[in-house]
Amino acid sequence: MNDWLTTILILLPMAGALLIAVAPLTSYWLGSLAALISLVEVGFWITSALKFDFGSPSLQFAQDRPWFRDLGVSYHIGQYAFSLWFVGMTVVVMAACTIYGWWAGRDRGRAYFALMLFLTGAIVGVFTAQDLLLFYAFFEAMLIPLYVLIGVWGGAQRMRATITFVVYTVVGSLLMLAAIIVLGLQQGTFDLTKMGTSSSTWLFLGFVVAFAIKSPLFPFHGWLPITYREAPPEVSAVLSGVVGKAGLYGLLRIAIPKFPTVAHDWRYVLLVLASISLVYGSLLAFRAPDFRGVVMYSSMSQAGLIVLGLFAFNDLGFDGAVLQIVNHALISASLFLLAGMVERRTSTGEFSRLGGMARGRPALATLVMTTGIIALAVPLSTSFAGEFLILAGVFQQGWVWAVIGASGIVLAAMYMLRAISGVLHQEPGPAVSDAALDLRLGELAVVVPLVLCLIGLSAWPNLISGRAIGGNVAIVHVADASHTTCVTKGTARSCVTPLSSVASVPNIDLHLHTR
Amino acid sequence: MINKPHVDWFAISPSLALLAAAGLLLMIAVFVPAGPRRAVAACTGFAGFVAAFVFAVLVDVRSPVATTIVHDALFRDRWSALAQVLIAGSGAVAVLIAYRERMRDEHVAEYYALLTAAGAGMAFFVQASNLMTLFLGLEWFSIALYVLTAIDIDLIGSLEAGLKYLIVGAVGSATLLFGSALVYGQTGQLGFDKIGAYGHGHEAMLAVGLAMIIVGLAFKSSAAPFHMWTPDAYQGAPTPVTAFMASATKIAALVVTYRLLETAFPQDEHLWRYAIAVIACISLAWGNIAALVQRNVKRILAYSSVSHAGFMLIAIAAASPLGERALMYYLIPYSAMSLGAFAVIAARERELGVPVTLQNLAGFGWERPFLGVSMWVFVLGMFGFPLTGGFIGKFYVFAAAYDRGFWWLIIAGVIATMISAYYYLGIVRAMYFRDTAELQLAPAGGSPPRELLLSLGVVLCLAVTVGSFFAVQPLIDVARSAASALPL
Repeated sequence: MNDWLTTILILLPMAGALLIAVAPLTSYWLGSLAALISLVEVGFWITSALKFDFGSPSLQFAQDRPWFRDLGVSYHIGQYAFSLWFVGMTVVVMAACTIYGWWAGRDRGRAYFALMLFLTGAIVGVFTAQDLLLFYAFFEAMLIPLYVLIGVWGGAQRMRATITFVVYTVVGSLLMLAAIIVLGLQQGTFDLTKMGTSSSTWLFLGFVVAFAIKSPLFPFHGWLPITYREAPPEVSAVLSGVVGKAGLYGLLRIAIPKFPTVAHDWRYVLLVLASISLVYGSLLAFRAPDFRGVVMYSSMSQAGLIVLGLFAFNDLGFDGAVLQIVNHALISASLFLLAGMVERRTSTGEFSRLGGMARGRPALATLVMTTGIIALAVPLSTSFAGEFLILAGVFQQGWVWAVIGASGIVLAAMYMLRAISGVLHQEPGPAVSDAALDLRLGELAVVVPLVLCLIGLSAWPNLISGRAIGGNVAIVHVADASHTTCVTKGTARSCVTPLSSVASVPNIDLHLHTR
Repeated sequence: MINKPHVDWFAISPSLALLAAAGLLLMIAVFVPAGPRRAVAACTGFAGFVAAFVFAVLVDVRSPVATTIVHDALFRDRWSALAQVLIAGSGAVAVLIAYRERMRDEHVAEYYALLTAAGAGMAFFVQASNLMTLFLGLEWFSIALYVLTAIDIDLIGSLEAGLKYLIVGAVGSATLLFGSALVYGQTGQLGFDKIGAYGHGHEAMLAVGLAMIIVGLAFKSSAAPFHMWTPDAYQGAPTPVTAFMASATKIAALVVTYRLLETAFPQDEHLWRYAIAVIACISLAWGNIAALVQRNVKRILAYSSVSHAGFMLIAIAAASPLGERALMYYLIPYSAMSLGAFAVIAARERELGVPVTLQNLAGFGWERPFLGVSMWVFVLGMFGFPLTGGFIGKFYVFAAAYDRGFWWLIIAGVIATMISAYYYLGIVRAMYFRDTAELQLAPAGGSPPRELLLSLGVVLCLAVTVGSFFAVQPLIDVARSAASALPL
């Protein structure tokens, strides 16, 4: 049973998608069915979290079946401790967004809910695949439902949005495909747990560009504004909350551990890009004329912060990054959904036409306020814990990165408070009529659980940060590559890693190999 | 007294079955009255292809060791048998698509007769083991296809397409024949293996002959820059014929190209590998860029087939066992995807009564959910998205290229794939994203007829397209045993 948990988490929503595609029900009942399936998915995740042995650094709930042997590709899935949190945030956010879509009564329900569930399965697959080709298959499979979800249910400029989104994503992912093929053939296997490390800069860049586009990092964020503004709010929530995290996960699981020396050599480039994303994204968020604009540029700035943590190459940074990824998934999903709820009432997200919504709408005000305050990393909040860990971690790479990171927190306060006051306070804007009611029960049922998760994590951030990487899964110690020496002589390449670091990487095969 | 060769009838049974069906169909054209003629003819054609399929499977099973038969004129091996299986399968699906085609009743039996004759010619062609049978097979199926392209004289552009195909195709055949003559002149041999065994140096005549043979075959596989006939012929021909041409002709031409180059010209590998690689790059570039500006969906798919020829030529340029497997594997989902896509276009064409463009595809996905989703799967498969065999096919082809040091072909392929996203996703966009107000909800003659046979064909294609993603290992095993018949 335990072995099957990961497979169930992937296949349950995909099977649900098939069921919804053919079930002879009305749109409303299809939506209920989708909501039910997404909640059952959350239930399976809670089961797997309870059964997970956080003391063990090995891959759990793993299944390994050969897919095709002559190139060494397998259906190998499983979860490390940090994968578990990635999957958790995915199923929770996806459940919230699916239920919101149901509540909002999306037309063409059959296609909509089938695609949402399919997307859930694909994202879970990305976070659990332990085979590079399988990872790529899921990574690409995410694009198909997103393309249609934006293109069919999006706003007026959705055509341009889908083209921009697809062009960026496809360019990135195909570069990654080329890198995957070369890496896999060089290593003789596509299995992440069995392959050694590589010192090729080109392959590293192939992966990093794909992940930087997905995250998104400056200067690969060109698709961000139009896509996030034109997509339906719950799809923007999924994009920014979960899909973008696939890029960060890729850095954590593939780009850093599989290219330790290159990642080390290129760390300043990545740190600089992350810093620019952080500061530039914050400034854009501060300048954004609408609620969604603030949320989407804040995701870019948060992605920058998280990459700072990842390229700190130490436990503090990694733990903080994982915690912050989960935090931001919940925050960003809540804020996008809230933005959608505001837009539903006022048909606009522009601050110039909003304002004064707090009066007479206590539930909306409380939720926007709480999420916003957590988002700006007020002390005692879970994002404060995450950012603190990241800053502490990146401080060891140089104080300057910590200073930039800290300035990001100040900027976050600026843009988030501006957004809160632009929506809730000041004089009521022209678009806000008295007919715009407070949040309804259905909306509360979607957002309140997300906010409760955030408050719970604020009370106990160590739930994640203490059970993500630190000393537990030694995968990232590979990043400390100064011990690994690789020698290339003609076509023969041999890597020697001293025993001291091998001891800390039980699950990664780093023994001497020659090709 | 002529020395009669021993004939292995069983080994040529796929061709014979189709030829028998063709003969029978010509009888049907004369003797069966117009009323039941359509049904009887279609059943006969379908039975012919199914019989060929079964025979080809049997030959495949019973030919573990490659041999030559009929005085070394033909091969009996798994490489050709697997190709015959694919060709016969494509033909059977093409019959399913064709059944409801609007065509004159008086020509319906000839239509299937030509289709089965073309299938027989291809089945013969892939077995060819010397330059004579090679040319014979090529002309056999080509002439049948020339006529088929122009058979529907009511269709605008059909005659023009047939004429263009005939002229360009004749140039291709002539080039192949001239090249064969040069090769024969140099080596004094017709058999592939004997040409291969001819210990030659770097004779110019042989190199020119090789180049001309490659060009002649490239015409048939519609690789750029020898693809000029493709868009016009694909657009003008009746859609079921286009479907058959797109899959079966490509299978036959590419499979034969690989075998011919490896068997007859192993010493010139350094020449033809690069020639093929260059043709592959041109096909990728030309096919994808030209497809961007097309509005007619059949033309888009025609250019897409040019680019797919490019991808499969990458596998040939690899000239390795991995490349052989990659080609055979790629052909399986590719033939299913192109048959299926043309089947969906045929359905739309019949309900509108006009050629299908991106414009009048609007809303199709919502009106006909099953066909819409199928088309979606087919074009995404052609792009190479996961959950379709197209993804694994591209992966294999790239792996084969990398394996032999052609890393720049991977780059070319990746860039081509990026470009292709625009028009493949453009088809999805046309089917689903248009506003309801923009929809042309006026199919010719009320609600479209439910076409059970066409839907069955689409289901089969869908099963192969998606199934080949999951069942990679068995298909690769089949491809491996087929490739073991080649000398590499």
